[in-house]
Amino acid sequence: MKKLSAFDIIGPVMAGPSSSHTAGALRIALIACRILKEPVVQVDFLLHGSFSDTYKGHGTDRALVAGIMGYPTDHPDIPRALAIASEKKIVYSFETAPLTPSMHPNTVSMTAQGASGRRLSLEGASIGGGEVIITRINGIEVSFTGEYPTLIVQQLDRPGVAAHITSLLAGSSINIGTIRMYRHEKGDAAYTILETDEPVPPELIASIAAHAAISDVFLISFETSSG
Amino acid sequence: MFYLGEQLLQTCSQRRCSISQVMIHQEADLFSTPEVAIRQRMHDQWQVMQQGIQLSLEKPRTSMGGLIGGEGIKLMHRVHNNTSLCGQVTGKAVAYAMGLLEVNASMGIVVAAPTGGSCGILPGTLKALQETFEWSDDQVVSGLFNAAAIGTIIFHNATVSGAEGGCQAETGSAAAMTASAICELMGATPETSLHAAAIALKNVMGQVCDPVAGLVESPCQKRNGLGAANALISAEMALAGITSIIPFDEVVAAMGEVGRSLPETLRETARGGIAVTPTACRLKKQLADR
Repeated sequence: MKKLSAFDIIGPVMAGPSSSHTAGALRIALIACRILKEPVVQVDFLLHGSFSDTYKGHGTDRALVAGIMGYPTDHPDIPRALAIASEKKIVYSFETAPLTPSMHPNTVSMTAQGASGRRLSLEGASIGGGEVIITRINGIEVSFTGEYPTLIVQQLDRPGVAAHITSLLAGSSINIGTIRMYRHEKGDAAYTILETDEPVPPELIASIAAHAAISDVFLISFETSSG
Repeated sequence: MFYLGEQLLQTCSQRRCSISQVMIHQEADLFSTPEVAIRQRMHDQWQVMQQGIQLSLEKPRTSMGGLIGGEGIKLMHRVHNNTSLCGQVTGKAVAYAMGLLEVNASMGIVVAAPTGGSCGILPGTLKALQETFEWSDDQVVSGLFNAAAIGTIIFHNATVSGAEGGCQAETGSAAAMTASAICELMGATPETSLHAAAIALKNVMGQVCDPVAGLVESPCQKRNGLGAANALISAEMALAGITSIIPFDEVVAAMGEVGRSLPETLRETARGGIAVTPTACRLKKQLADR
């Protein structure tokens, strides 16, 4: 069961009106922004369930665009996010779709393109109180919350990759809370997702990324001034 | 780590400490953070909460849908004129809670407690009581940790999401958290806190989430007012020695079960309840055409 913080319940500090439809939506898009690691030039959002029914009135559209631009949940410009995105020539769209049976009632999927042409598809659910779960990255089913420092290792499914990652973390005395590998098929593209107890410094991320079978490493963490 | 009210009470009694202390110890253990930093972060959030109340009383704000604005100010007139039917404490608590919801509805900065749609209840009620009993900010911060402990139990065993459990899961949980915090701040035992929380949750068991035009405005704002009053009367009953016949953990489980059995139309989709009355449909259309 999830390690729940007092600040998951009292918090986040957020622009209203809805922790699940505004703050949670923003966090899902913010995770996409962190994974893409470059300014987004185009993004298409597909809203399911309660998101699709009520997104305009909850400012979900502004929150998602704010998140994709990297804003924290308490950024004062969230209400103006759509206008700011247009000024920055970011192309965005919103479509609605029904829930599939396995989806949480508040689910959004998105396809984003970065300035270099790099693309990312991501699906996440906002599960209440601003808490989120990322459920899919580039078509691969995953499950993580972004609540703890989270390392996402994009790799080929080859022997020795996990050992490479864990020995480097151990060498820096970083404790691993959870580790899981997600893949389509044996030998194929895969993600190893690790939640750590301590923050992971940038130089360590670079060392992890140096492995031949690893194509990229992303670090997700919501730890900011306001948490 | 505690997942149930029963475990929380055991820990309190073993360590001879309050619910808020157990919550702070657990937070320090789980996230390897010093207690002083944890308290400071909650202090900062209490500042944001108080700023929100202040802001709501300055002038009416424009909400996203324009359905609400200025309600906290109207209620405070009656409190200031000593004409409030509810008296000073409840009068203020309701006014502050509704004012904060207005800040939230205008995309202002609030602290989810536990959600944005229920963000007025906990701070509004504690602020009204702080002014009456002259509690220090440190004391209120302890109350907020007590409230967080109750919220974590509800989160683990039911839900705090309107989309999953209806309004009972949002404003009901907020009222339960607040009622529990009040009891600790009034010097009562952890058992009393859990009785108060159970009573508050039972009082709104089954309450649906049916926002007009899908906005967190109506009836959400008034249910924040109700949540403040619910927290106060539930705490009052528990402080008087009145117990919840059904234990807190069983009430939480029942709330989760009721939430799951609510049709999707009554879980924050704006497709049932108040949201589909003729007037709500007309307002929704007006807003869409705007």
